[in-house]
Amino acid sequence: MTGILVLEQLLNGLQFGLMLFLLAAGLTLVFGIMDMINLAHGSLYMVGAYLIASIAAASGSFWLGLAGGVAATAVIGVLLELTVLRRLYERDHLSQVLGTFAILLMANEGVRMIWGSQPVPMAMPAALSGPVELLPGFSYPAYRLFIIGVGLAVALLLYLLVTRTRVGMQVRAGASNREMAQAMGTNVRLLFTALFAIGAALCAVAGGMLGPLLAVQVGMGESILILAFVVIVIGGIGSIRGALLGALLVGAVDTAGRTLVPLLFGQLLGPAAAATAGPAVASILIYVLMAAVLFWKPRGLFPSHG
Amino acid sequence: MSTHSPAFRLAALAAATLMALPAAAADRVKVGLLSTLSGAGSGLGIDIRDGFQLAVKHAGGKLGGLAAEVIVADDQMSPDAAKQTADRLLKRDKVDFMTGIVFSNIMLAVAPPVFQSRTFYISANAGPSQLAGAQCNPYFFSASYQNDNMHEAVGKTVQARGVKKVALLAPNYPAGKDALAGFKRFYKGEIALETYTPLNQLDYGAELSQIRASGADAVYVFLPGGLGINFIKQFTSTGLNKEMKLFAPGFSADEDVIRAVGEPMVGILNSSQWAHDMDNAANKRFVADFQKEYGRLPTLYAAQGYDAARLIDGAVKTVGGKIEDKAAVRKALEAAKFESVRGEFKFNTNHFPVQDYYLREVVKDGQGRITNKTLGKVFDNHADAYAGDCKMPAETP
Repeated sequence: MTGILVLEQLLNGLQFGLMLFLLAAGLTLVFGIMDMINLAHGSLYMVGAYLIASIAAASGSFWLGLAGGVAATAVIGVLLELTVLRRLYERDHLSQVLGTFAILLMANEGVRMIWGSQPVPMAMPAALSGPVELLPGFSYPAYRLFIIGVGLAVALLLYLLVTRTRVGMQVRAGASNREMAQAMGTNVRLLFTALFAIGAALCAVAGGMLGPLLAVQVGMGESILILAFVVIVIGGIGSIRGALLGALLVGAVDTAGRTLVPLLFGQLLGPAAAATAGPAVASILIYVLMAAVLFWKPRGLFPSHG
Repeated sequence: MSTHSPAFRLAALAAATLMALPAAAADRVKVGLLSTLSGAGSGLGIDIRDGFQLAVKHAGGKLGGLAAEVIVADDQMSPDAAKQTADRLLKRDKVDFMTGIVFSNIMLAVAPPVFQSRTFYISANAGPSQLAGAQCNPYFFSASYQNDNMHEAVGKTVQARGVKKVALLAPNYPAGKDALAGFKRFYKGEIALETYTPLNQLDYGAELSQIRASGADAVYVFLPGGLGINFIKQFTSTGLNKEMKLFAPGFSADEDVIRAVGEPMVGILNSSQWAHDMDNAANKRFVADFQKEYGRLPTLYAAQGYDAARLIDGAVKTVGGKIEDKAAVRKALEAAKFESVRGEFKFNTNHFPVQDYYLREVVKDGQGRITNKTLGKVFDNHADAYAGDCKMPAETP
């Protein structure tokens, strides 16, 4: 029985971690290359989820919603970069935080005006709504397996893009030394617009995948954005590999914390105290992990800058 | 300064006029309806609001013969935002009654300023144990239930059905604690697992695997609104619904959840002090008109909103519209002269109802709708466990 519990929690952690990775990947490249803090990154996740839910509801097909919503969010990301964010690169971090925070607030209000303040329901595709028997006596939700599959596929694609292509080489060059990359002839502006489109698309994929599992609602981007920042701090800013490992680590620690801490507290303090202290301590655990990583490796686990 | 100076007389006159103003009988009654209208709990607040407004409409736009002005505000499911909005309703709008709060943590945050301003609060949902016991207050009346009650009813049912081992899940906030305390008061079997999750948590993957590992025969969850919708969907997608029976309070198996989840809900046993198929004239009119007005079946939240308005209506009528006479209004509220949609309605000494609780089952009815069907009574004239701790001040201060 405990073996199954551990296996199931590992899968849960993997599923959550991969979705965090989709958000952290775009965030860390933007941060790494342009030294730009983008608090509106979570808004793209929210807008993507709303667009996917709406298109899926209108067309009756989850897949059509996913394709249409991801494409539309990428376009929105490019527009945002061309019109507003571009003007913030040369500014200091405070201006960037203020500017992108304003975008976040406007995005929330805009979504509230268009879709209302109630969550928008989103159904998982019928074929994936049941359980799949992985081992005799152990079944796992098909939809969560599907999320894991998509997350792994996207991670692999991104890895190939960054390590095996010319664009990827320029991205890596830009992340480790922007001036030098520019001097060697990389068009960082264009590269960055493309990067932003990819980042926005990844956000939308995460939003669309998590939509049926959580709720598509105003402000859904904020809580997950904080976790995405934790991921890139742990992983090392600007590194895709760091983002992947950081995300998996955070996913595993979060899931394990929710299971193990109440269990441990229950044996030490009795069920009543565990019920009060357990969830509180479990939610702190990720930040403890971040503090520990920063203590031993102040630049994160896989920093990209020299 | 002489007391005969013209200036003094003018001032005295002005003061007398101003003081005389509130003494004139009120021409309208102002209700502040502060409820959760956005986020994962918004379905509940919207039903309370719609139920309340239907009752006002039934009374011709009036409450107790006075023109009714209902000021609707959103608490955003946040105690901070709720407190600010409550201050505005109390100080700027000077409401005569307040109602509408869904969540107990918000209720406990808003209660002090409401009581301080001597405004009557008629709860259309939240019924925290604190306000039923030691902190009971002459200005607080619950038109719904005490938080423990529905869970006590399921606890008794689960016990009676011979379930040996049960896993419990509730959100980590006052009503979640009340819920499981109520359940355990009547369930005497083994508790395989007792878990509390953050009130804003929507993914139950980790908890579901713990429930599977616990080896329980049945699961009891108290998760209101969107939380329950997510849990039941995820419960079904893990296949656990084939291994163990799911029990719920009325909150997690009402029409809002059924609308969102559908087929997998069939067979869930749940408890409530009200059901849309209850046989009395007030309820039949309420259910039929609610469906006509809003195009959906009412939930128990809607019924509680409706009853809250009817309770105010009855009290204002009893005092002949003199709502400034707080002592008289209190007495009238305590008498609770109104036709409740749940049949009989009477208050205990702590201003919480003494009422019957029913067992309902989610079924596919004759018309092919998935909905709740009342199976029978679990408790007759059931009081809460905290009334004994309440020393209600004899006079309104």
